[in-house]
Amino acid sequence: MKSIIIGLVIAISGFSYSQNCSYIFLGEVKDFHDGTPIESATIYIKESDKYIISDFDGKFRIENLCSGTLTLTISHIGCETKTVSYTIDNDVFKIISLEHHLEELNEVVVNSHLKTEGTSIEKTINKADLEKYTDKSLGDALNSVSGVSSLNTGNTIVKPMIHGLHSSRLLIINNNVRMFDQEWGDEHAPNIDINSSNKVEVIKGANTLKYGSDAIGGLILIQPKRYVAQDSLFGSTMLSLNSNGRGGNVNSELVKTYKSGFYGRIQASYKQFGDFKAPDYYLTNSGLKNSNASARIGYRTFEKGFDAYYSVVSNEFAILQASHIGNVGDLVAAINSREPRVIEDFSYNIDYPKQNILHHLAKIEAYKRFKNFGKLSVQYDMQINRRKEFDLRRGNLADTPVIDLRLFTNSLQTNLNIDAIDNLKIDTGLLVRYQQNDAVSGTGISPLIPDFQKYDASIYMIGNYDLNESSEISAGARYDFTRIEAEKRYNLTDWNDTYNYDELFPQFETNNIDNSKILTRPEFTFHNISANLGYSKQFNSDISLFVNYGLATRVPNPSELFSDGLHHSAARIETGLLTLNKEIANKFVASLERNNQNFGFSISPYFKAINDYIQLIPVGITTTIRGAFPVWEYNQVNAQIFGIDIDVNKKITNKFNYKGSISLLKGENLSQDIPLIHMPSTNFTNSISYYNDELNQLSINLIHKTVLQQNKFPDYNFYTFNPILQEDVYVDISSTPPAYSLFSFNSSVSFKAFKTGTLKLELNVENLFNTKYNEYLNRQRYFAHELGRNINLKIKINY
Amino acid sequence: MMKNIKSTNTIKLLALLFVSSLAFVGCSSDDDGHHDDHDHEEELITTVRYTLTNGTDIVTLEFQDLDGEGGADGTYDVSGPLTANTTYTGAIKLLNETENPADDITLEVEDEGDDHEFFYTTTISDITISKNDIDEDGNPIGIATTFVTGDAGTGSLIIELIHEPTKPNDGTSINAGGSTDVEVTFPIQVQ
Repeated sequence: MKSIIIGLVIAISGFSYSQNCSYIFLGEVKDFHDGTPIESATIYIKESDKYIISDFDGKFRIENLCSGTLTLTISHIGCETKTVSYTIDNDVFKIISLEHHLEELNEVVVNSHLKTEGTSIEKTINKADLEKYTDKSLGDALNSVSGVSSLNTGNTIVKPMIHGLHSSRLLIINNNVRMFDQEWGDEHAPNIDINSSNKVEVIKGANTLKYGSDAIGGLILIQPKRYVAQDSLFGSTMLSLNSNGRGGNVNSELVKTYKSGFYGRIQASYKQFGDFKAPDYYLTNSGLKNSNASARIGYRTFEKGFDAYYSVVSNEFAILQASHIGNVGDLVAAINSREPRVIEDFSYNIDYPKQNILHHLAKIEAYKRFKNFGKLSVQYDMQINRRKEFDLRRGNLADTPVIDLRLFTNSLQTNLNIDAIDNLKIDTGLLVRYQQNDAVSGTGISPLIPDFQKYDASIYMIGNYDLNESSEISAGARYDFTRIEAEKRYNLTDWNDTYNYDELFPQFETNNIDNSKILTRPEFTFHNISANLGYSKQFNSDISLFVNYGLATRVPNPSELFSDGLHHSAARIETGLLTLNKEIANKFVASLERNNQNFGFSISPYFKAINDYIQLIPVGITTTIRGAFPVWEYNQVNAQIFGIDIDVNKKITNKFNYKGSISLLKGENLSQDIPLIHMPSTNFTNSISYYNDELNQLSINLIHKTVLQQNKFPDYNFYTFNPILQEDVYVDISSTPPAYSLFSFNSSVSFKAFKTGTLKLELNVENLFNTKYNEYLNRQRYFAHELGRNINLKIKINY
Repeated sequence: MMKNIKSTNTIKLLALLFVSSLAFVGCSSDDDGHHDDHDHEEELITTVRYTLTNGTDIVTLEFQDLDGEGGADGTYDVSGPLTANTTYTGAIKLLNETENPADDITLEVEDEGDDHEFFYTTTISDITISKNDIDEDGNPIGIATTFVTGDAGTGSLIIELIHEPTKPNDGTSINAGGSTDVEVTFPIQVQ
């Protein structure tokens, strides 16, 4: 048998040798972007199993070729390996372009941190760290970054905050799609499944202009993984179980990749928790249910490709029952009692009040590279956000939501990246967006946010220029056009008397008056200019300096313009104002960083001056059927926020590492010379970790975090008359809770399993000492304590 | 080795099943249509009317806030003084007068009697108010009352409707917990 095969091989070889074998192949390896020759590229000739190297001019020569197929694999450090094949029937000269571009490098090749922009000031949370938060929210994961905190409603609705700024002052970019999920509400958390992302970047200062003009706080980039073009099928499943809330999360993903560049990924997760527990009691009605799925397919080669992505996030959050209060008297009782008024046994039930949110996101993106020019990409994306909020209601309305909004967003954008010039990279693009908010009827209550349509059009241009080997500057500008057309009914007395809108905006009025309500059509047009300037300098191998200046402009959001009604958990009436103007911020951020495993640091001071900062403040009292209520109105002041974030890492021994960080921040309302509300207080963390690669990658971490009391807060306390007691009672809504320290413990080990797979086990304990505490930035701090101890077990299988 | 490969494949298959089943769950229909009509304030209570009757001696205490929370302030209207040392029959009505005909919210309260309770508090110590109705658990609701006046005096009467109070309770709203749906304070005079 063997001899027959050998004979056959010899016969075939003999046949081929009988052909003309004197052709010459001349090749030239060039950089795709700027056409410069690539020296020392390795060329592997498959047919002869030989290697040759390109010369100084990028050229190489193969002689004595026979007619037939010639297959070459060309590789070079920092380039994507390329395989080409030619049919040889004559002497040939070919130019072979190689990608020589850091941006497109695969993570497999580069382990070091790659920035979105050379001059940006940012922090990254990689997949391994994200997995620690598999059963938590994006906001919880971001909270681990210095300078980032969160505004919470309970423990499940977590809104990220950068440098004290949140909601529409933060841009959240998920898979290159800007999230529009009614982010304006304080108790609306971003609808993102943390398990679908591979990497999260927090950009405190940089050229964020590509994504929007209003990143006054900063930008959060949620990045998908890029797959290596090889034939492979892999996946992972992770199960996480928790003692607190008696629930957990299961997440699975499966990825198929092909050598041709095609890839596909599906992922899904399901999460459920029952009532969480504060150190001494259950938080009745605080559980959640959450199911998510995402799918992506794409094709990626160096020259062209596409990527299609769809995700659905379905969230059901119970809202602490004790936080539903009827009037100021109830609020005073809650503040004074310091324990929730409803404490029941553990349950998985999600009762009213609760939030139901369904978020669909779909996008398709395609790109093509042009030789000696750059890369053009086009993207269309679509989002539907349906939010239903249920409250405690009477009668046949009990199962009807009080808020039912559907926000539909569509965007089409192009980006052109010009990289043909050696030291200069230019990004320019256009965007058009149409947004429609539908206050779905049937709630039996005037909608908090009315029907509106919003049109946006933008153009931007950003340039990055390498001054020399070690320094780089970037500059950019952006123009945005925004038009809002809304339809809302106002109380006639509000329209004519309280806010004087009949004189300010007669053009918005219609003749439709019904039940002492007037139908109006407010329309606004805004023109925004924003700009950015950045500089970075590398001092030696590991120390670098970054300086950034940004001009950001933000249009008032629908909640600031139109909101109108009673907020149950805050016992206040919140009113938007049509007279609000846009917010303009000048921000300076700098960072000095040393990227070194033995001793590294980053010191990052910042200063933001915000003109016409929009905030919600108490302005008076109104008499209602529920008694007297404070009225909070949006107003505009000049504000400034400044502070510093410091991170340090130090290697103690081979196996022990120390990490620490501190964030200091001060926010001032300059117009009234008082502090700004809801500013994060000084906080610091210390962690000591042990890691042993030989002992099944055993990792043990002990983490400490202290949050000091916020002593700078505006005093919005007031007195209200309690008719039952026949006396004035003090409503202390402003005072801040005392400082607290928390300890947590993490450990993990990895084993080999199923031939090529791995099995990872993790045991974590949060709030190790079951500390009882309150956090200033939790909107439910009046009603209940934060969570007590939680023991968490995670099992992850990679296959 | 063969077994390992097999189990790997099984896991992959299971993962696939899991993922696709969830994807189907996620895509459940959500098809409420858009209507141009606006929502009426169905839940609104615009009016609290407490009527005290003793034969032809009828006193009404009324709070009215037609545009709800926000807008114009509510108004109080008391028809006249109460007579000293008299037993009145009290009846409370909650109305939504933005609907035509006005919606009687009292009926909803009565239906969910075990989740609601009216509380009557007065600063005139000679007045006693007792509740004459009970919910399905035998606890008072407070829609029907007996209102007994003593000596002459001036003060106020506070009427509260508490949602999800502790039931039974000691008769005072302060110890009943719950959340307040109605809290109105009438100036009253006994002569």
